[in-house]
Amino acid sequence: MVEKKEMNNGVELDPRLKAITSSIRVVPNFPKPGIMFNDITTLLLKPKVFRDAIDMFVERYKGMHIDAVAGIEARGFIFGPPIALALDAKFVPLRKPKKLPGEVISEKYVLEYGKDCLEMHVGALEAHERVLIIDDLVATGGTLSAAISLIERAGAEVVECACLLGIPKFNDSCKVNGKPVHFLVDCLM
Amino acid sequence: MAAPIEEKDPRIEGIASSIRVVPHIPKGGIMFQDITTLLLDPKVFRDTVDLFIERYRGKDISAVAGIEARGFIFGPPIALAIGAKFIPLRKPRKLPGEVISEEYVLEYGRDCLEMHIGAVQPGEHVLVVDDLIATGGTICAAISLLERAGAEVVECACVVELPGLKGRERLKDTPLYVLVESP
Repeated sequence: MVEKKEMNNGVELDPRLKAITSSIRVVPNFPKPGIMFNDITTLLLKPKVFRDAIDMFVERYKGMHIDAVAGIEARGFIFGPPIALALDAKFVPLRKPKKLPGEVISEKYVLEYGKDCLEMHVGALEAHERVLIIDDLVATGGTLSAAISLIERAGAEVVECACLLGIPKFNDSCKVNGKPVHFLVDCLM
Repeated sequence: MAAPIEEKDPRIEGIASSIRVVPHIPKGGIMFQDITTLLLDPKVFRDTVDLFIERYRGKDISAVAGIEARGFIFGPPIALAIGAKFIPLRKPRKLPGEVISEEYVLEYGRDCLEMHIGAVQPGEHVLVVDDLIATGGTICAAISLLERAGAEVVECACVVELPGLKGRERLKDTPLYVLVESP
């Protein structure tokens, strides 16, 4: 029996992606009217699909000598650690202000309305370490940009930013602060 | 440095010594148990997760509920390894769908924990995970949410326990398993 494989521009799509896409729930008008929120918690309720998503990241980064995985609070804390463990890399949480107890470096960034701030412990990363940044979704790239700044200020190198979901403009040719962004599936509208 | 709860498993010593104590956080007199330094040592992080996996694998646990935010770090690796779903228990207004909420009392004031409706089915066996148990207030709220949804919390698992704050007693009949105690 020959399976009909799904293609995208002549490139075979990984069969695991279909289940990943269909396990994401869209919640309209959250956190405010007009926003179609992509909810990954429904993916987490399907052990095989959650496993597949992690495996796809690990397969991509296995040979790339990643020293550390930096996860952005809070949904980056769900996907980052399993990837770090599989890559035998350390996990570095990037947090909202005043959560990390030790000495930190801070990076402010701009939101649609107002500002926010991301922090990392001093000493979490060493100079020249190769780092993968993880979050659940990339939209404006603002949070990722702040994360990249923190890692570079520590003297480390961002290899790539990886997300489960992304808006189509962040394909391999559109970068954040010059760094490539990789995501598994397009944001659902 | 936190003291190991028992000398039996040789991995526990490394886990205990990898936790950094930060004095006077969040306020004077408190010694904050910082697990971020544990996460910086891949072998120790691996050992921590393995100890939980070895305990819970094959025990008919269908869901792991992790408490925001440090429970999100330890819960998912355990869930993935034992084939269970992962349920994030979150601060108010973070979960986008319909939720149930449980208020709980802090030293000064109150806080609230939320869970999505439909995350867990009646009769499911659930493990609750957080990095640390102190007074047990947050973990009791987590147990309440899951029981209100009809699930059974089979155990609570934490890396660190502060036994002086009597969280274990507050959990009453729900068993608690920890790797490290800190006086």
